[in-house]
Amino acid sequence: MMHMADALISPAVGGTMLATTAGVAAYSIKKLQNELDEKKIPLMGVMGAFVFAAQMINFSIPGTGSSGHLGGGMLLAILLGPYAGFLTMASILLIQALFFGDGGLLAFGCNVFNLGFYTCFIAYPFIYKWFTRKGITSKRIFAGSMASALVALQLGAFSVVLETLLSGKTELPFEKFVLLMQPIHLAIGIVEGLVTAAIITFVWRARPDILEKAANEEAFGNISMKKVLTALSIAVVVVGGLFSWFASANPDGLEWSIEKTAGTAELEAPDGIHETLSEIQSKTALLPDYDFKASENEKTAGQAENAWPAVNAGTSVSGIVGGALTLALAVFTGWVIMLIKRRKIKTTA
Amino acid sequence: MSNMINSLSNMRLLDDLARKETFIHRIHPLIKLLTTVVYLTVVVSFERYEIIGLLPFIFYPILIFAFAELPVAPILKMILLIEPFIIGIGILNPLFDHSKVLFGGIAISKGWVTFLSILIKCSLTVTASILLIATTGMDRFAVALRMLKIPKIFVLQILLTYRYISVLIEEVSRMIRAYSLRAPGQKGLKWSAWGSFAGQILLRTFERAERVYQAMNLRGFTGEYYTGDIAKLSFKDLAYFAAWSLFFIIARIYNIPVLIGSLFTGVI
Repeated sequence: MMHMADALISPAVGGTMLATTAGVAAYSIKKLQNELDEKKIPLMGVMGAFVFAAQMINFSIPGTGSSGHLGGGMLLAILLGPYAGFLTMASILLIQALFFGDGGLLAFGCNVFNLGFYTCFIAYPFIYKWFTRKGITSKRIFAGSMASALVALQLGAFSVVLETLLSGKTELPFEKFVLLMQPIHLAIGIVEGLVTAAIITFVWRARPDILEKAANEEAFGNISMKKVLTALSIAVVVVGGLFSWFASANPDGLEWSIEKTAGTAELEAPDGIHETLSEIQSKTALLPDYDFKASENEKTAGQAENAWPAVNAGTSVSGIVGGALTLALAVFTGWVIMLIKRRKIKTTA
Repeated sequence: MSNMINSLSNMRLLDDLARKETFIHRIHPLIKLLTTVVYLTVVVSFERYEIIGLLPFIFYPILIFAFAELPVAPILKMILLIEPFIIGIGILNPLFDHSKVLFGGIAISKGWVTFLSILIKCSLTVTASILLIATTGMDRFAVALRMLKIPKIFVLQILLTYRYISVLIEEVSRMIRAYSLRAPGQKGLKWSAWGSFAGQILLRTFERAERVYQAMNLRGFTGEYYTGDIAKLSFKDLAYFAAWSLFFIIARIYNIPVLIGSLFTGVI
């Protein structure tokens, strides 16, 4: 799972995703209010706390010596249904952003969309429900959890790439970024699928009523494969259209730098894979393409100068001097306020 | 295990700090939320080669630290815990951008410039979010959300999640301790225990939710969450918001350090 950070995002991308997420959340709330099941509110609250805590459990992966974590998006969708699951994911992410600086307030929309939307509104209704449409067995739980976790994480990872590209803060070329993100999230998706399947199977054996209740509440009902294919092809068209629009709006957009690469925390999950990948990554980055890089630099040289007006030596010296003064002044001000405050406390005491 | 203890102590620390009574703490929660959003937006709106222009924005966290009497070391520690992730991502920039730029007569790689810019932005934005909650607290933050017309189901859900995180983390860490005592030297949960371990906690969570709901009903829960007195916006609040926004916008438009610097170098 990847959390976009505030520092990696542009206000436009952050704002758009926030609005989109608010729309999905408003729709979910409306749906929940129709169900009129206020019993679900404490369940959502406590389940959010459960996922929060469960994310800290280390699941050791057999034969690798490393361990993985649970993201929890699929688990919430399966146990609470898509609407309550989405809202619960949103509240977890908000608390993480506020208390731990994990993600951020501006990137909140992106993170909820990447981690909550694909799990609750794509993977759960179209994949998990399809696998379990003829009733629940442990094999179907396994296949459904696995397939839906893989798809949800791939979509989420691709979203991170797009959001980062559109924010335009990174030096990563599009293909390399995709090649880095998708395989990592394939590994993370496998762990997510396995852990989700294990937990759901356990719950189903111990308390089948919980799963049945969640399944029956579904407004999606029985979904045919035809509908699944239609939905997927619409998604492909939308994503493709968005992408080509982006590509044409920025002719050199694909080589554009992606400085805001995405999420963070999860990159750590399968350590071995990450290391190998970044090794490959650095090799591919340093060796080939040198001509290509150079010619591209020439092309964009003009833009770069505009982007950085302080290139001439005179201004950059005053920049350094002024920067140092600004920092010194800031620290000094803070120190003076603290001193005055302390003196006040002493005199009143 | 250690990350659980860390999370718990962080949350408790921020909770305690939010109960202080300073001028910053008394500012209306909605104003503090809006100021933070303006700050984040402005900081993030700088393009990727900017470093010097970002420096004046450190005034905001420093003044909040000073006026709200917050301890610097523990909060700095929290922020530093986040940095490795951003370093992991930002470090790719120097690998992909080898073009050079002259800075004070020295040629440096642009990749490093963007990396440094991301690092500064990340430190500032993470600090701003943590300072918001450290001077506001979750309950008053919820008031601000309600005033922004965020539906009460969602606000209530956030408050409940927040309330139960410490309960659930304690429960999970007790189970992990018990497990690790029976499985010494083992790194993480064995796969055969994945489902039963997390599943057991999950089932208990469901039962807990049931009890919580019954308790709420007995106390007359009707879907409303009462947060106590909500002060109206005062002139002081509006002035606070206006002053900071003005500063952020001026610092965004004019490169203040360069102005100060040219003044100085010009005089000399």
